[in-house]
Amino acid sequence: MTDSAGTEPVVQLAGISKEFAATGSSKAKPTLALSDITLDIRSGEFVSLIGPSGCGKSTLLRLIGDLTHPTSGSVQINGKPAGQGRLDRDYGMVFQSPALFDWRKVEENVRLPLEVFGFDRASQAKRSGEMLDLVGLTDFAGHYPYQLSGGMQQRVAIARALAFSPSLLLMDEPFGALDEMTRERMNSELLSIWARTGITVVFVTHSIPEAVFLSTRVAIMSARPGRITRVVDVNLPQPRGLTTRESSGYFSLITEVREALRAGEGDEAQIASAERTAAEGTVG
Amino acid sequence: MDALRRYLPATLIGLGVLVAWEVLVRVSGVQGFVLPAPSAIWAALVENWTDGYAIFPAARVTLYESMGGLAIGTVLGVSTAFIVSRFPASRDTVLPLAIAINAIPIIAFAPLANNWFGILSPISKMAIAATLVYFPVMINTLRGLTQIEPAAHELMRSYAAGASAITRQLEIPNALPYFLTGLKVATTLSLIGAVVGEYFGGLSATLGRVVVSAASALRFDVTWAAILMVSVTGIVLYLMVVGLERLLIPWHPSVRGETPA
Repeated sequence: MTDSAGTEPVVQLAGISKEFAATGSSKAKPTLALSDITLDIRSGEFVSLIGPSGCGKSTLLRLIGDLTHPTSGSVQINGKPAGQGRLDRDYGMVFQSPALFDWRKVEENVRLPLEVFGFDRASQAKRSGEMLDLVGLTDFAGHYPYQLSGGMQQRVAIARALAFSPSLLLMDEPFGALDEMTRERMNSELLSIWARTGITVVFVTHSIPEAVFLSTRVAIMSARPGRITRVVDVNLPQPRGLTTRESSGYFSLITEVREALRAGEGDEAQIASAERTAAEGTVG
Repeated sequence: MDALRRYLPATLIGLGVLVAWEVLVRVSGVQGFVLPAPSAIWAALVENWTDGYAIFPAARVTLYESMGGLAIGTVLGVSTAFIVSRFPASRDTVLPLAIAINAIPIIAFAPLANNWFGILSPISKMAIAATLVYFPVMINTLRGLTQIEPAAHELMRSYAAGASAITRQLEIPNALPYFLTGLKVATTLSLIGAVVGEYFGGLSATLGRVVVSAASALRFDVTWAAILMVSVTGIVLYLMVVGLERLLIPWHPSVRGETPA
């Protein structure tokens, strides 16, 4: 990994729009999922995308990973088009479901990308060992995924995403299926991994406390069409822990994010009510 | 100990049926050619194990035929599944034909296969068995190759993995449990195919021929013994696939014997 701090951003989104073709009737208009998204993410940042369901935050993450393509605008990863970024294996991805391969033991799951990339056996074993150590699962290397709890499975998924030392980690609501206690513990572990590896993280969530606790910046999105309405800087001191969660700065930022989300919703409510009035007008 | 407790009810019920059968035959005085007692069937089996009707050598030939048919049908079924999964456009051409093959009444097809491949040749019996085996293996394997968690596919795409890596690392392991389920069904079908083929003629040292010739000689005790031997052969084939499952998919809920969490 080269030190690109202060030079080009790791992720550069410029004027992104994304339309989904309408299904069914040919008269239906395509849905505008994302509209004019512009955002730069610098090296070492932890940026959360937060917004209501259907605001396109997961779509935006998949665009960064070149798993889907924008209708217009450009996505650059480390100064290259997103497609090249994927081919260069610039990022690791963690999904909401751990997506572990049931037939592979924990250690074999972590080495999956290394096998696909053709690492030699010795470095595969070395890297997967280091990664299991990083997520604290060394003792479970020989277990099958079904023998692990949900939180442990997601830790394996994180180890797998980091195994090939990508410069960027993309996470799509990775802790959404976990209970509150486990989620808080996973948040702290993720922050410590982030601090130790210096990796850049883009994190999709719909939990306000999670976004504030983890991030250096929170991008707030509104729905229909998905737009970034505000970006909130989170200047809480590092390293963060239990005291962070009990600090007044943390609570005021949660309030700030909540109000920003509600403001976005307000726009939407106004639009909806305007549409309703228009519709009533045509009927009446 | 656990296995003992698990299979105890099945064992007890099986033994109970045998005892009831024996008692019923003895008390009611049903003629042996209508329903022989289990003890008489056992005696016929022992008496004709290698001598007389030579049930054991016959079972070996029948097993050979059905395993041959199992192998041929499995290779064809798995190949078709791979082709359809790799080229989805072929689905609408291949699947209707496969369904048509599956709809062939095997009893009508057996004399034709005997004619084409030689009534005395084991190949004709293998062809009949393979016809029965093909469909369940093909359709199950195809499902296993295609029914994959979307996130798993996206993960492989995020690695920029090529088609062969996706097949090797994701599709084949994902398909294994489905394939083995198809194979389990196919084992008994392959045996039925072989025996049906034998019914319509062939070497006399086969279980199907023993059933036919013993029945026409009114030796129904021997007929029953041969049928028993067909079942035992089927169970042996089935258990071989179960062993294969333990070896290949120890992680699967069906093998680890617990309900998934």
